[in-house]
Amino acid sequence: MTDAALFWSPILLTLKLAGLSTFVLLLLGTPLAWWLARSKAGWKDGVAALVALPLVLPPTVLGFYLLIALGPDGPGGAVASLFGGRSLAFTFEGLVIGSVIYSLPFVVQPIRNAFEAIGERPFEVAATLGASPWDAFWSVAVPLARPGFFTGAVLGFTHTIGEFGVVLMIGGNILGETKVLSVTIFEYAETLNWAPAHLLAGGMLAFSFVVILLMMRMERKLRHRHDG
Amino acid sequence: MKGMWQRQKILLHLLLASLLGVSDAVSGDQARVAVAANFKLTAITLGTLFTEETGHQIAFSYGSTGQLYAQITHGAPFDAFLAADQARAERVISAGYGVAGSRFTYACGRLALYSRDRGLTLSSNSILEDGIRRIAVANPRTAPYGAAALQVLERLGATDQLAPKLVQGTNVAQAFQFAFTGNADLAMVAKAQVIDPTVAGSHWTVPQTLHDPIAQDAVLLLRGADNAPALAFLRFLKEPTAQAAIRRAGYGTAGGQTGD
Amino acid sequence: MTDNWLEASYHGTTGGFRIDLDFATPLEGITALFGASGSGKTSILRAMAGLDRLPGSLKVGGDVWQDDSAGLFLPPHQRSVGYVFQEASLFPHLTVRDNLLYGQKRIPLGGTAPLDIHDVAALMNIAPLLDRQPGTLSGGERQRVAIGRALLRAPRLLLMDEPVSALDQRGRDKLLVCLDKLHKDLTLPILYVSHDTGEVARLADHMILIGNGKKLAEGPTRDIFERLDILPPDGRLEASALLEAMIVAHDLLTHLTHLRVGRHDISIPHITGDVGNTVMLRVRARDVTIATSKPEGISIRNILAGTISEIRQDAASPHVELLVDIDGGHVRAQVTHDACADLGLHEGQKVHALVKSMSLDGYAR
Repeated sequence: MTDAALFWSPILLTLKLAGLSTFVLLLLGTPLAWWLARSKAGWKDGVAALVALPLVLPPTVLGFYLLIALGPDGPGGAVASLFGGRSLAFTFEGLVIGSVIYSLPFVVQPIRNAFEAIGERPFEVAATLGASPWDAFWSVAVPLARPGFFTGAVLGFTHTIGEFGVVLMIGGNILGETKVLSVTIFEYAETLNWAPAHLLAGGMLAFSFVVILLMMRMERKLRHRHDG
Repeated sequence: MKGMWQRQKILLHLLLASLLGVSDAVSGDQARVAVAANFKLTAITLGTLFTEETGHQIAFSYGSTGQLYAQITHGAPFDAFLAADQARAERVISAGYGVAGSRFTYACGRLALYSRDRGLTLSSNSILEDGIRRIAVANPRTAPYGAAALQVLERLGATDQLAPKLVQGTNVAQAFQFAFTGNADLAMVAKAQVIDPTVAGSHWTVPQTLHDPIAQDAVLLLRGADNAPALAFLRFLKEPTAQAAIRRAGYGTAGGQTGD
Repeated sequence: MTDNWLEASYHGTTGGFRIDLDFATPLEGITALFGASGSGKTSILRAMAGLDRLPGSLKVGGDVWQDDSAGLFLPPHQRSVGYVFQEASLFPHLTVRDNLLYGQKRIPLGGTAPLDIHDVAALMNIAPLLDRQPGTLSGGERQRVAIGRALLRAPRLLLMDEPVSALDQRGRDKLLVCLDKLHKDLTLPILYVSHDTGEVARLADHMILIGNGKKLAEGPTRDIFERLDILPPDGRLEASALLEAMIVAHDLLTHLTHLRVGRHDISIPHITGDVGNTVMLRVRARDVTIATSKPEGISIRNILAGTISEIRQDAASPHVELLVDIDGGHVRAQVTHDACADLGLHEGQKVHALVKSMSLDGYAR
């Protein structure tokens, strides 16, 4: 493997992981956020607390339980055996699962808040104008919650890029498959290779900063468009 | 049922062991010693023996060798350093934080091949079997046990065949974890991890001939140059009582005697 | 009942209100649900739209929208209903044009023939606003768009919840003019919730008086107004009668309009309207003075001869309520107990009713 490949592989892998995870998170997180925003079920708070757990759990704890869950003692093993495998650990797919759980609250929370901010009235109006609940979701809720989707996507993406503890527990450090940026930087630091460590870490820092800056600008623009 | 509980207990302990940077609370006049994480259990035993014999207290801090090195070279208040290799112990001295000439080998790491399935007879042929999908090792770049594991594969002529099956943990504790949870079929771990008969599974001690010695060196740090407990502890490590304890724990000793 | 009636029956609780009423109203013109704040009229309106669930039943023309005994309840989006809220509630993410078209796009196949957006925009006086964002409109403009949006749904029934309450005086006047036009030009039946006698007098053909979740009276507006046992929810002093009048002439010099009610000539401050048109006059009881003989040398121009047809004494009230039969209609009056006793007022007595020109409100019909 050339040095260039060794250098770029973690970067591309990390971007791929963050991108796919964010996509999955939006897909799964949106109905969840919708339910949390609109449901009157008594156990709603319990579900919300579960979703928020990754906010307070040390990533290593999360990774630890993931290791068991992804292996032959857990559901991951059952899924893997469908494809002739034994475990979902040490696979890119396993990392996606871990990332989705790890970044879930960062995506669900902003979307839920955006849905809640809409209030009840626009849905009543939509109903009296002939929109079924499904129709109202797409024609009223989604457009009005757009800033929430945006924030959630950006937070989920950047959070996954920085993911370390979870990857350390279930990744296995396989180049091109599970060796992401954070782990690579850690390895360089452990082996006292300061130059590439600085380069990659600095790059990550700059990238995250730019992304967050852009996000704030975009959010302001989106908000102003609504106010007319 | 009981076996499962044992598993959980061991797993939990290993989790704590691999959570880097755990240290014991401490106060008063004593020595602070930084210890490579894989030596933690043995260090505790040695610490107790040392205190019984001399009355001095040792406060241990654990971490990966690389992390401890970084801490020491940035002013962490340790008096002595027990590394998991020789290279970083020497670097501490050349970086100006260690006392020249104080470096010595306190233990020799031994490799073991481990599987969580009980009652297996493992040998060098076990890793070559077709049914093996994943073999866990410690990261060869950051952990000397990992580098030694790769040497074993090389000397068995199996590097090309097995390279795609390798998964790396950050250290041997994690490599063990991978095998213990069933995610990896086999793991190359430190013998010290599996020598306890209560550890569930089967293991095979890798012959010393298959890899370079994993010499683990200790160094007196400048900060501890006048620290009586620290000096006494490093002396203690070379004594027969300590050496016997180290061998019992599954390491070899610099005296050439290998534990089995 | 025929196909052209709305029959509602609700008995239950919703949002803290206990509702117990049955009513029927023809599906034409404007019917007011008239009551004080907290009388439950909004709860009833919302239940009719299906927004809240009240135990009961609702039949609109030949369609059953709710029938608890049959386990039937149509959700709002399956009811051919238009709803105008007190606050316009336009979709902030759509232009005025897209707001207007939102309901029209969702008319089920085979529904009523759609209206043209430009016709509705002209009717509601919002044509120049089509490409604007809702956030840039005034309160009155927003409300007119909201009404237009409901109209474009081509509903069987239009429900309006105090649409002018949230507006300032100017916005209110403009909107009421629009509603007048709506009333005249469209055959759409409207249910109009209000607590204001003036609005009801101006707009409603029929009314249902609501109090504490119960129906207190129902019938043509004029008839209910003339019932002395009923006092308006917005206060005893709002008690009024309605007179149908024809425009005879406009006097530009004195800024007056001359009307004819039965045999009487009435003059009021100038209103727009062609000669020969009919207007409704609202006469507040408190503005009517009773004289037992025709007065002379008095500034009041409108002196109407008539007969007292009903007197109602209420010891708890400072007033005695009177109904005076004049040629062409009735007029209500309120006098003190003293005056009543002094003048010896009694039913069947011939009297004159005096009304200052300034006191009369004329609504074009």
